[in-house]
Parts: sequence; structure tokens; C-alpha cells
Amino acid sequence: MDILITGILLGGTYTLIAMGLNLQYGVARIMNLANGEMLVAGAFAAFWTYTAGQVSPILSILFVAPLAFLANWIIYRVILMPLIKRAKNQGQLEVDSILATFGMGFAFVGIMIATFGADYFSYDYLGDGVQIIGNTFALNRIVAFFAAVIICAILYAWLYWSRPGTAVRAVAVNPQAAGLVGINVRRVSALAFALGGSLTAVGGSLISTFLTLDASVGVLFTMKALIIVIMGGVGDVRGVIVAALILGLAETAVATLIDPGLTLAAAYFIFILVLLFRPQGLFGKPTS
Amino acid sequence: MTSREIRTLVIAVILFGLAALLPFSGNGYFISIGVTIAMYVVLSTSWALFSGPTHYISLATAAFYGLGTMIVATGIETVPYVVLLLISAVAGALMAALVGLATLRLSGVYFVIFTLGLAEMIRQLVSWLQNNLGGSRGLYVLTDLTEDHIYWELLALAAFVFLIGWWIGRSRLGFAMRIIGNDETVAAHCGINTARSKIMLFMVSGMVAALVGALLAPRWTYIEPNIAFSPLLSFEVVIMALLGGTKRLWGPLVGVVPFTILLEVIEANYPSQTILVLGIAFLLIVYLVPHGVVGRLEQSFAKFRRGGN
Repeated sequence: MDILITGILLGGTYTLIAMGLNLQYGVARIMNLANGEMLVAGAFAAFWTYTAGQVSPILSILFVAPLAFLANWIIYRVILMPLIKRAKNQGQLEVDSILATFGMGFAFVGIMIATFGADYFSYDYLGDGVQIIGNTFALNRIVAFFAAVIICAILYAWLYWSRPGTAVRAVAVNPQAAGLVGINVRRVSALAFALGGSLTAVGGSLISTFLTLDASVGVLFTMKALIIVIMGGVGDVRGVIVAALILGLAETAVATLIDPGLTLAAAYFIFILVLLFRPQGLFGKPTS
Repeated sequence: MTSREIRTLVIAVILFGLAALLPFSGNGYFISIGVTIAMYVVLSTSWALFSGPTHYISLATAAFYGLGTMIVATGIETVPYVVLLLISAVAGALMAALVGLATLRLSGVYFVIFTLGLAEMIRQLVSWLQNNLGGSRGLYVLTDLTEDHIYWELLALAAFVFLIGWWIGRSRLGFAMRIIGNDETVAAHCGINTARSKIMLFMVSGMVAALVGALLAPRWTYIEPNIAFSPLLSFEVVIMALLGGTKRLWGPLVGVVPFTILLEVIEANYPSQTILVLGIAFLLIVYLVPHGVVGRLEQSFAKFRRGGN
């Protein structure tokens, strides 16, 4: 029971991060391997405002989100656009964007280490325990979970019940066809990329309330988000939610039952199962 | 063999002979850099063997390398070194086959993602095994091998990799890889078993990387998983190979030498800035020399020729 609740709480935050990556990869078709670094940036912003100005991490989301949105929009327009224009096919764009986003991620980590050092950063926010069915859980995990759920719900509603959201989903399904029905594919892609980055940064702010992070931890979160997106199916919102919960549960189970040092191995185990049995995603249809 | 090939072979043998003379200089610093350069030459050339024609970016070098190192470190007390080298090579090929079977039948993105976390995952597993099956985390590798020996061994391995690369280029496998690299659908329609070809080539690459790890284990004497599975190694190898260019067999060599020296300088003077340099290098390669320095030079040369006529 303890594992179940902790796992679901963790999975809620993972959902947010993976949703961000899913928008970037599923809609904008950019394999963003600097996704984890965006998360660290969001986490660091929350840490900084909390220790310097006693601003609640939940409130700091209000400025982390627009800032990250702007930053990612600029990244897409300035750094990635030349690659998109240059690419002759999807494969080449994939290779180029993988290398370019790696470069950005590494440069970011390097700058973080140079300016703030390689220390771990953490702070104490809502660390009190709360009783749920006989077990105690830290309040910050629960708050982070509900914040993630609310943001996901808003995103879901926007994607499914608004015109721009529908345009985003159309581009996810087929960019050429979306262009034919009068959707400005490049603009929608830029929007999705920026929105995705913003979601990831917010996820980082939330995660920083209960996890200890350092400048170079981003790649681990990139890895987890990628596994979730592949398990859920690229572009599939419901799949990603289920996959994030599965990963959260599996990691918590392995950490409590076997060894906390094996969480990545647990993620890999799931990844291998997905690759062997459902490479098209949990709810995806076989393509060939 | 054509006369052109004989000429290339003679030049290659002379260059290798000259490189083999380095330890006689007696300068410890040069020999130490020589070992590092030889290591990167082998790693990035074998990386390019697979990733060059397929365009699949493998980030598993550190995983294979660490595997080889850990095998030597674990068995050095009880098993002869030569046998350990063989075991490492086989283990590297086997692991490459498993990774390949899981991912190479699917699209390239899965492969990149899988290799991205592989080294870290194996490091976790090895640490966990060491903690739970007794045995300490730190292992000692004490041998009579000096840096000179390691250098010659790596040079021999480099020669082997170049020979294998040359042979693959002439073989049916190499021909198949070129078709796959140009258009995988066409390759499949020609009756090429694309997955099998890719897995075989990846096995060669993995085997060589594991061997390099095994050969370098005596250099460190004290080994623990955090040292063996250095996460940056994979990226350094990718940068060096891409910087040189992967179209030619000797392309990576052109990238390795300057970049190794650059890394040495950075590590000596600004040790915490290595990662920033790697990031900038990635960006520069993507935007300025997408086909590597060799590819760029060949383009300019071709242009110059056309212009001359």
C-alpha cells in the first residue's frame, strides 16, 4: 500500500515531464535530449526563489512557466529552425536534433557548474508528514502530485476541447495533412515545443520540493521521460499518463523492495519489455 | 589489389611503424598522451564502423569499455590476462548482440535512447552485485604491463580495426550497409536482412570497445564501477568521430588527435569545464561541419577541381 501510493505520487510528476517531452517529440518532431536540463533549470529556479525570497515553489511556477515557454520558443526558432530547414528527411533531422540538443544540454550543465558549482541543491518545503490510510507521506509529495494533476487536466482539456489544441493534435497525427487543412504547421510546432519545455520546467519546480538534485542529474530524467513516452506511444496523451504511473510504481517498488540504487535498472527492464512486446506503445496499433 | 590499394597499404604500414617508435622517446608525458590518443583512435574508428554507414548514434561506448575493464578487474587474480581479454571481447560482442536484438529491428531513435542510459544502468547493476555478493567495490589490477606495452597493444588493435574496416568495406556486409545507409526501404526490397547486418556490425564495434576497456584496465591499477563506466567517454568518442568525419575509414583519426590534446589542456587547466567544451563541440559540429572536417575538405577540394577545369 505504501509502495502503491508513493509510486502514484511520483508517477504524477513524471506525467508532467513526459507530457512535455511528448509535445516536443510527438508534435514538433524534435527529439529533445536536453529535456532533463530544462527540468533542472525549473528546479533550480524554484530553489533559488525559495531560498532567496521565500517564494513558495508552487507560486514560482507562475513565472517559471512563461519564462520557460519563451526560452523554448527562442530555442526552437533560433537554434532548431536551421536544422529543420536543412534536413532532407526525417532521419537526418533526428540525428541533427539529437546532436544539437545534446550540445545544448551539455553547455547548460557546463554553465550551471561554472556559475553555481556542482553541489546538490535541496530545500525544506512542506516536509511535514500526512497520514493516509495508516501510512505517513510527506506533504510536499502530495502537493506536487495535485499540482501536476491540475496542470495535466488543464492541458488535456485544452488539447481536446479547443481549436488550437485540436490543431496541435492534428500536427501530431500528420504534419502534411495538417498543412493541407490550413494549419500553420511551423507555428503550431513552435508552440508545441515551447509548451512542452514549459511543462517540463514546471515539472522540475515541483520535483525539487521533494528530491535532491544537482546540475548534472538532467540526463537521468531525460531517460525516464523518453522511456515513458515510448511506452505510452508517441503523441498519445492517455498512454503517457498510464506509462508514467507504471514507471513511478515500478521505481518505487524496486527502491523499497530491492535497492534504491537500482531505479534506472528497473526503468530499463520496463523499457526492454516494451521494445520486445509493444514497441508501438501501450495503446498503439501495430503499424506493419 | 590495385596499385592504389598497395600504395595506401604501404603508407599505412609506414605510419604505424613510425607511431610504434613513440615509446623509445622515453618521454613519459608523450607516451601517456600517446596511450590516450591510441585509445580514442580505436574507440572512435570502431564507433564509426557502425554509426558511419547507419547514421545510428551509439552512446554505448562507455558501457562496452566499462564491461571490459570490470571483467579484467574481477578476474585478474585467478585467470590469465590473455584469457580475460578473450572473455571481454566475447562479452562485448554478446552484449552488442543483445542490445541490437532489442532495438535495431526498430527505428534508430529507440537505439539511441537505449544506448544513452546503458552505461549508467550496467554501473548500477555491477555496484549492486558487488554490494550483495560480497567482495569490495574497489578492485586492484596489478600487472607487469607498463604504459609502453599498453600503447603497443592499442596500436595493434588499431591496426586490426583498420584492417577489419577495410575488409568490411569490400565485403558483402559493407555493400549492404551502404545501401541501408542510403535508403533502408530499398535495402530491404533488395533482399538484405537489414536488422541482421546492423547487429553484426554493431557486434564488431562492441567487441572492440570492450577490448579497449580490458587493455586499459592495467593502466588504472585501482578500479571501481564509477571509474570504469565513465559517462562522458561515450560522448567524447562521438564528438571525435563526427569531427573527423565518418565517410572515410581514417576520418575519425583526424578528429581524435586535436580533440584529445584539447581535452588534455582543458582538464589540466579548467577541470570542471570539460562538459561545457563537449557541449560547444557538439553544437559546432552540427552547425559548421556536419560531414566532419574530412568531408568538408573533400567538398572544397571537389569544388576547387570543378572550378579549375
